[in-house]
Amino acid sequence: MIAAGAIGAPLDRIDGPLKVTGRATYAFEYPAEHAGYLHLVQSTIAKGRVASIDAGSARLLPGVIAVITHENAPRIEISDEDATLRVMQSDAVAYVGEIVAAVVAESSEVARHAAGLIAVTYEEHEHDVELSAGRPDLYAPEKVNAGFATDTREGDVDAAFAAATVRHDATYTTPYYHNNPLEAHATVAIWDDDGITLYDANQGPHGILDDVASAFGLPPERVRIISPYVGGGFGSKAFTHPPVIVTVMAAKVTGRPVKLSLTRHQMFSLVGYRTPTIQRIRLAADAGGRLTAIAHEVVEQTSRLEEYAEQTAVATRMMYAAPNRLTTHRLAKLDVPTPSIFRAPGETPGMYALESAMDETAIACGLDPIEFRIRNEPEVDPDTKHPFSSRGLVQCLREGARRFGWEGRDPQPRAHRDGRWYTGTGVAASTYPTRRRPSQALIRAGRDGRYAVLIDASDIGTGTWTALTQIAAGALDVPVERVDLQIGDSSLPKAPNAGGSMGIVSWGSAIVDAARKLRARLRDDYGGVVPADGLEAHGETGKNPEAERYSMHAFGAQFAEVRVDADTGEVRVPRLLGVFAVGRIINAKTGRSQLIGGMTMGLSMALHEETVLDPRFGHFVNHDLAEYHIATNADTKSIEASWIEEDDPHVNPMGAKGIGEIGMTGTAAAIANAVHHATGMRVRDLPITLEKLFPR
Amino acid sequence: MTPFRYERAADAGAAVATLTATPRGAFLGGGTNLVDLMKLGVATPELLVDVARLPYDRIEVRGDGSVRIGAAVKNSLLAADPTIRTRYPVLSQALLSGASGQLRNLATTGGNLLQRTRCLYFQDVTKPCNKRQPGDGCSARDGYHRNLAIFGASEACIATHPSDMAVALAALDAVVQVQGPRGERAIPLTEFHRLPGDEPQRDTVLEHGELITAVDLPAMAFAARSRYRKVRDRASYAFALVSVAAALDVQGGRVRDVRIALGGVAHRPWRARHAEDALRGKPAGESTFRAAIEAELAHARPLEGNAFKVPLARNAVVRTLLELAEDAR
Repeated sequence: MIAAGAIGAPLDRIDGPLKVTGRATYAFEYPAEHAGYLHLVQSTIAKGRVASIDAGSARLLPGVIAVITHENAPRIEISDEDATLRVMQSDAVAYVGEIVAAVVAESSEVARHAAGLIAVTYEEHEHDVELSAGRPDLYAPEKVNAGFATDTREGDVDAAFAAATVRHDATYTTPYYHNNPLEAHATVAIWDDDGITLYDANQGPHGILDDVASAFGLPPERVRIISPYVGGGFGSKAFTHPPVIVTVMAAKVTGRPVKLSLTRHQMFSLVGYRTPTIQRIRLAADAGGRLTAIAHEVVEQTSRLEEYAEQTAVATRMMYAAPNRLTTHRLAKLDVPTPSIFRAPGETPGMYALESAMDETAIACGLDPIEFRIRNEPEVDPDTKHPFSSRGLVQCLREGARRFGWEGRDPQPRAHRDGRWYTGTGVAASTYPTRRRPSQALIRAGRDGRYAVLIDASDIGTGTWTALTQIAAGALDVPVERVDLQIGDSSLPKAPNAGGSMGIVSWGSAIVDAARKLRARLRDDYGGVVPADGLEAHGETGKNPEAERYSMHAFGAQFAEVRVDADTGEVRVPRLLGVFAVGRIINAKTGRSQLIGGMTMGLSMALHEETVLDPRFGHFVNHDLAEYHIATNADTKSIEASWIEEDDPHVNPMGAKGIGEIGMTGTAAAIANAVHHATGMRVRDLPITLEKLFPR
Repeated sequence: MTPFRYERAADAGAAVATLTATPRGAFLGGGTNLVDLMKLGVATPELLVDVARLPYDRIEVRGDGSVRIGAAVKNSLLAADPTIRTRYPVLSQALLSGASGQLRNLATTGGNLLQRTRCLYFQDVTKPCNKRQPGDGCSARDGYHRNLAIFGASEACIATHPSDMAVALAALDAVVQVQGPRGERAIPLTEFHRLPGDEPQRDTVLEHGELITAVDLPAMAFAARSRYRKVRDRASYAFALVSVAAALDVQGGRVRDVRIALGGVAHRPWRARHAEDALRGKPAGESTFRAAIEAELAHARPLEGNAFKVPLARNAVVRTLLELAEDAR
């Protein structure tokens, strides 16, 4: 591993002053001369075809430059795996909110007005939008997201269940969730003789580049994506979505730069969401509180257009020991928008269900939930049988218990009051896989003692600008002030997107490789003196070979204290504490922010977030920030995150594990478990809204 | 958004005259709701007459002890006013429980009364809604109606009025002062908002062109002991599932006078007169409070998705009255 150096310091965000003074340029803000503004027209039916489009009055409106429909849209090449991107390529409608027309005008106001004047009639077909566990058409996908196996089986769960002393069999459900980054998805598309340049809000320019190049039949070198500052993504900016494609189309049709920024409402149907989940969990234990069987069977959905299978039960495969094991994923194809990645896909809903079930089973065994988890700690990964490169769960549970004041807790539910409030505490485990992806980087040393570090990494508000500067400084063994980082531009060395908690560790590994090569050449070939025209070195990392020998995951323990109003069922969370085993933290300040941010998202999931689909129309009923409730400042009181010392030499040269997502896995279960402790009521259907709790 | 003209009114008379002459015009106060509705295509006025700068920006105590609140007084200033905070704390609390600091800095007293329902189907022009398009049908009745009315709804409409401030005003016997094309009139707050009936498109009894100039609060000594309790889905920035505005006058252990209004339950702030009648002269205590609000809730007609509001309102009212009775000791 590289030396500590700048790594770990709580450095202030390098991009902070630019952002708070409004000088960090976000996608829509890029100036584009003579730009046209785009507004989208979306389908109001869930299934059928566009019968007619009357854009006559829109076209006549002063200031309207072009109206694009399936009748005149440029033809594009989209593979079946990305069928959602086939924007206006036919008259077919596959979900409410699908783009059926687009207007380019001299101003965004005129474009929006004109879009409202376009009359679309439909031939409506009967739609099917309701997920249920009893559907006869549920199917097993070939793989689930991130390449995991759809099902795993070992031993005989049914027999073990039948023979067990303690049996727990319950179904947990989570609703639709929408990502809702603060910065709306925005794209500015500019064609010129060299090709097309996009200023775009995304989590990884290279991925957008590939999709745009292939859709429009361009060689990759004729496409450039620029995205240095991005206002949040939560997964919704990881992949290319239809608005990017239609903006490029509009620029092509009009021959002018085109700008698009989605409305909040549009973001609910065009940039992904998390599938609702229906999760049956069966846990069987012997008299000693040792699990003999673990089964996690998931029902969820995808769209008719393409398959996205959330890996909801994957964490259950390796969390706890048991000789008999089963995990499955089944999908329904519905007439809905295509789900996509959202805030720790898989682990977040899966760990809510598993860790709720662990709490229920601990109670059934008469064991403290921490002790129950410790008794079921596996020696090796129960799924792959590989040793863990490091596994700090037990240490996190014990350290968290100490800091939270868990010892001596009276487990009796509905037994603790503070005035009109029921009070309770709960615990749950967190986990997230530690992976990394191939990446490249380039470092250029100058005679002035400065180092330019070039990599197409992304900062979606998470602290990449700062953390990569620290990694580069540490690997070069120079002060951070001498590092000039450039990220967020597809003309920089190729790098993976900010997703799967793999960003920093993948990008950082490539930077460390480049730094090592640079230092070696400088030492061996130049006697330590940078030549007159500078010196550069390319870094490149592939897959981590150690991943074949070790099971690599981050772990954590989350503790929640809740208060539930005895009259109204309102839940308040005065205290959340998370202790994490995440290897080495690159920046103690931004790292802590990511962890408490994740915990806040977990709180929000536990108590507030839910998108409601109206099955009659197939549309999302609540589609703005007034009605899609995300936790506010007033909902968060004390939220503390800390980490244990963990030395893991196997994961990457920094010894760091990704921390973008682990903070939110398990949080919702810790809160649900605390709500049960407070009220005696077990909510297995998120969010925990008051009517599920208050006395009738 | 449909293009519109904008004019700033010179005085109330001009504002009324201009709007009266423009059937598709609207007054603009803080714009915190109207402008949203214009962006959504729900409201399509051809003319906005800005009345936020008219000289109705004062809060004055009058000779008879009543308080006159100018229609242009911002919600944040009204909530912070020392007279309001001491004499009518329920009003200050209601205002502070609504919206956000930024919105309250813009929103006016008159405009707050005229904000429109947040029924999600009303706000979505692609869905049928009788309030938006009379005769189109109500999407909410058989759809998502968790936060809609349990009192006074009709076949045509089950919308709720979203204001917190108006609930407190209903409890305080406030009177709305209006200037219109045919002169001035005074409308009790409890009669200002309508029940939907078969004209759900009409939220209030105002005629086109009538301008709110002030809201009067009569002297009510016991309102110094009043509370607003808002029950909602998160601790801030959410509309009420149920809210309670109450003032309680307890003398010698008996209820001498009481005001109770409920929010989030009807097309207008719901003054709980059955409950009030059941309480006057009765001993102040949990069983009387419970019986009184149950007398009110006997008139509730909830739907499947909002039936929880009945016991929720009951519990919230009983708790609020108990706290007020406790304060009186």
